[in-house]
Amino acid sequence: MKTQAMIKEQECMTMNILKKGNGELFTDPDPDHARRFFQKKTRKMVNKAMPLSEAIKTFVHDGDYLATGGFGGNRAPIAACHEILRQGRKHMGFCGHTTTHDFEILCAGEAFDRLDAGYIVGLEARGLSPCARRYMQSGKVKVTEWTNYSLSARIRAAAMGVPFVPARNLLGTDTFDTSASMIIKCPYTGKKLSLHPALYPDVAIIHVHESDVYGNCRIRGILKSDNDLARAAKRTIITCERLISNEEIRRDPSETTIPYFLVDAVCEVPFGNYPGNMVYEYFSDEEHLREWLKVEEDPDLFREFLKKNIYDCKDHHEYINKNGGMEKMLRLRTIEHLLHKEANK
Amino acid sequence: MTTAYNPMELMICVAARELEDGATLAVGTGAPCAAAMLAQKLNSPNLSIMFEAGSISPQLPEMPISVGDSRAGHKAVMVSTMGAVMETCQRGYVDYTFLGGAQIDMYGNLNSTYVGGTHQKPKVRFPGSGGANDFGSFCWKMMVLTVQDARRFVENCEFITTPGWLQGGNSRYEAGLPEGTGPYKVFTNMAIMDFEPESKRMRVISINPGYSMKDVQDNCGFELLKASKITETEPPTEVELRILREEVDPHRYVIGR
Repeated sequence: MKTQAMIKEQECMTMNILKKGNGELFTDPDPDHARRFFQKKTRKMVNKAMPLSEAIKTFVHDGDYLATGGFGGNRAPIAACHEILRQGRKHMGFCGHTTTHDFEILCAGEAFDRLDAGYIVGLEARGLSPCARRYMQSGKVKVTEWTNYSLSARIRAAAMGVPFVPARNLLGTDTFDTSASMIIKCPYTGKKLSLHPALYPDVAIIHVHESDVYGNCRIRGILKSDNDLARAAKRTIITCERLISNEEIRRDPSETTIPYFLVDAVCEVPFGNYPGNMVYEYFSDEEHLREWLKVEEDPDLFREFLKKNIYDCKDHHEYINKNGGMEKMLRLRTIEHLLHKEANK
Repeated sequence: MTTAYNPMELMICVAARELEDGATLAVGTGAPCAAAMLAQKLNSPNLSIMFEAGSISPQLPEMPISVGDSRAGHKAVMVSTMGAVMETCQRGYVDYTFLGGAQIDMYGNLNSTYVGGTHQKPKVRFPGSGGANDFGSFCWKMMVLTVQDARRFVENCEFITTPGWLQGGNSRYEAGLPEGTGPYKVFTNMAIMDFEPESKRMRVISINPGYSMKDVQDNCGFELLKASKITETEPPTEVELRILREEVDPHRYVIGR
């Protein structure tokens, strides 16, 4: 006869995995491996300011798994995406966590061939990118399906330093079947839960409003998952609209979203999110974003367009100069400022 | 007196009537967002809109292009994280969501991932879940706003991105999705549908002016159930149309499609 103790022991030995998704897990969810990496990272408050080209050269390698901050076209590291193309990075992994214009650029350079898909290919109300679509339909990219929240949860797990977090999405769908999630029975309630394995990117690039040279960052507006992303990534590159003093950071530490020791490089890139929308700074250049979508329809024209706007440009500044320069930037700045001053008029 | 309107205007006006004052709603850009803005400006000034990028209860000055743009966060009570918004849904605080997709089946399951070919080499790739699977799993009532045609309303979705009533009956809750959640209504240019409580199959409850039951069925790839009493949808009022055209979408960004 089984005693209560024996039943309990047997229950404890059952892992209760009910189902496994068939998708590939592209990154290592082991928190001890991540801890060993983080242990070796310097905690010294040293000057990390450098040109963007140097940051990409030093911290972004062929084959690395990359995650971009911001929300697609909004506060996204567009200048850094261009630089990745210029430096010809290939065979990267990529986190498609609401990625829109950044995704479109990286597809144009065929920079990645492994993808965790949350939101990809589209530019929200603007429509779908023909270039991103062609690349995703080419069979060149290994895809594991997730959802936007799933990727938030995976980045959260890594930021927490645990191997996974449970959630209640994915259940019953093909999104689950093509993910690398597992469904377990909750040991407390018996409910079915989807597990979200920790996602530690090799490198994250986050565009922020302000940073000091050490990497203490201020972000205004929505965060998406960028607070967690800087904590989860093995290496973090910050591009900022403006460098500010450490004294200014310390004047109001409640404004700091990312502390310096998470950061490996700080690159001052004014208008670094152009042609996207940087809240409180400048609105998106809708005309130019439409031009991208239109020219992508013809692969030959698109190659010319990329040559002109990315490959033949020395840096982001040159790209901006080719597309309206400071006059355009000031106009986008005015649109943004008027929105905040005169809304609901 | 009747006022002329297009199918998109009709769908937005009819859907907006569902959103009562004080409710919480998770939406994306486009027509659902227009419906939410219209509801806010008409009868539901305290309708709380939440966007997955992190914005909570914004007062939208005009149609956002992205749910993470400056307009989407305008005069919000808080701008937070995607996790914060999604977990608000997961905790049971969000009443409604509006979703769409390339395909919908009789149980309200949605496909926004791909059509044709294989998952690794699709014929046509779409954005994937985005926040749709999350909203469809967590929000109490999931609504769909879409143009009706037989290629979109299909017998079986090629890929279930977002859960509806899954295989019908009790299958949604057996899969572990939160109790009490599920598809609620579908608004098309031709009709309003709900879901029959036992089988969870899509059921016509109201037909829009100018269409017949035959039109609705002919433009649907599966057999629709019929409610015992089918009403005729109230056409958009002059007030609804004026506010929609002048205040919600003056550039005809959505209603001009």
